[in-house]
Amino acid sequence: MTWTLVLVLAAGAYGFKVLGLVVVGDRTLPAALERCLLLIPAALISAIIMLNTFSSGQHLTIEPRVAGVAAAVVAAWRKAPVIAIIVIGATVSALVRLV
Amino acid sequence: MMSTLRDPRLRPVISACITLGFAVGVFAISFGVAAVSAGASVFQACAMSLLVFTGASQFSAVAVIAGGGSIGSALGGALLLAARNGVFGLANSRRLSGRLPTRLLAAQLTIDESTAMAAAQDDPVAQRAAFWITGISVYVFWNLGTLIGALAGTAINPKTFGLDAAIPSAFVAMVWPQLRTARGRMAAILGAGICLATIPLLPIGLPILAASLGILVGVPRNDVDAVASETPTHTDFV
Repeated sequence: MTWTLVLVLAAGAYGFKVLGLVVVGDRTLPAALERCLLLIPAALISAIIMLNTFSSGQHLTIEPRVAGVAAAVVAAWRKAPVIAIIVIGATVSALVRLV
Repeated sequence: MMSTLRDPRLRPVISACITLGFAVGVFAISFGVAAVSAGASVFQACAMSLLVFTGASQFSAVAVIAGGGSIGSALGGALLLAARNGVFGLANSRRLSGRLPTRLLAAQLTIDESTAMAAAQDDPVAQRAAFWITGISVYVFWNLGTLIGALAGTAINPKTFGLDAAIPSAFVAMVWPQLRTARGRMAAILGAGICLATIPLLPIGLPILAASLGILVGVPRNDVDAVASETPTHTDFV
C-alpha cells in the first residue's frame, strides 16, 4: 500500500463526483437520457447486491450470507422498515453460519 | 436547513438516514481491518476513507493489493467503480441547489447511500434533507468505523456477526422502491444478470460498470410508465 495509490484514487474519485454534480450539473438532458438516468439506481444497486452476495473476488460462491440476503428480500417484499430488513439479513446470515 | 429538520414529517426520513449511516459505519470497521491487513498504515487507511470516501472502490483497491496486484490494477478497478458516482452526481444535480462551494462539498458526499436515500423521497425538500443527512451521517460513521477497524487490526471477523450480509441487505431495502415500474424491474433484472454473468469473466470492479448497460431499457419511449409513477414515495422506504 502506497501513498500514490491513496492520493491518485482520492483525486480520481473526487474528479468523477465533481464531473457529474458540478461540471455537467443542471443542464437539460434529452428525454431518453433522462429516462435512462432514472434507471441507474435500479440497474447498479441490483448489480452491487449480486456482487456483495454471490462473489468472492472473481469467483461465484454460495455462502451463508446468501440466506441472509434472501431473508432481506422477503422482509422488503413484506414492507418491513429499512432497519428491520438490514437486521434480519445480518441475523439470518450469522445464524446459518453457526449451524 | 435547520427549520427543515424540525419538520415532523421528515422525522422518519431523518432517523432512517442516520441509522443507515450507523450500519455503514459498522461495515467500515471491516474496511479498516482489511486495509491494515493489506499493508496500509492506520494513517493511510483513515486517509483513504476521508479522501476517497466511496466504499466499493476502497474495498476493491485494498482487495487487489492484498491479492498481490499492482498499484495500476488496483487503481484501474477502483476508479472504474468510482465512475458511477459521476452518474449519481448527474441525478443529484437536479435535487441539490446552492453555490459552488456547497456543490463541491455535496460532490464529496455523492455516494450510493446518499443518492438512493434522496431518490426514495417524493418531494424536493425531503430529497435534499435525505441527501445531506445521509451523506454526513455515512461520512462520520464511515471514518469512525475505519479508524476503529484499523486500530483493531486483524482481531475482528465481520462474518461472525453476519455483517457481510448487512450491506447487501441495506441495498435490497434501497432498490425495492425502484422496482415499482416495469422499466425499473427490467433494468434491475438486466443489471443483476449482467453482473452475475460477468463476475467470473471480467476483472474485479468491471461487472458493476457492465451492469450499467441495464439502464438502456429507458431508451425506447413508453407512455405506460408515466414519469410520475417512476418516482417512489418515502413511505415505501422508511
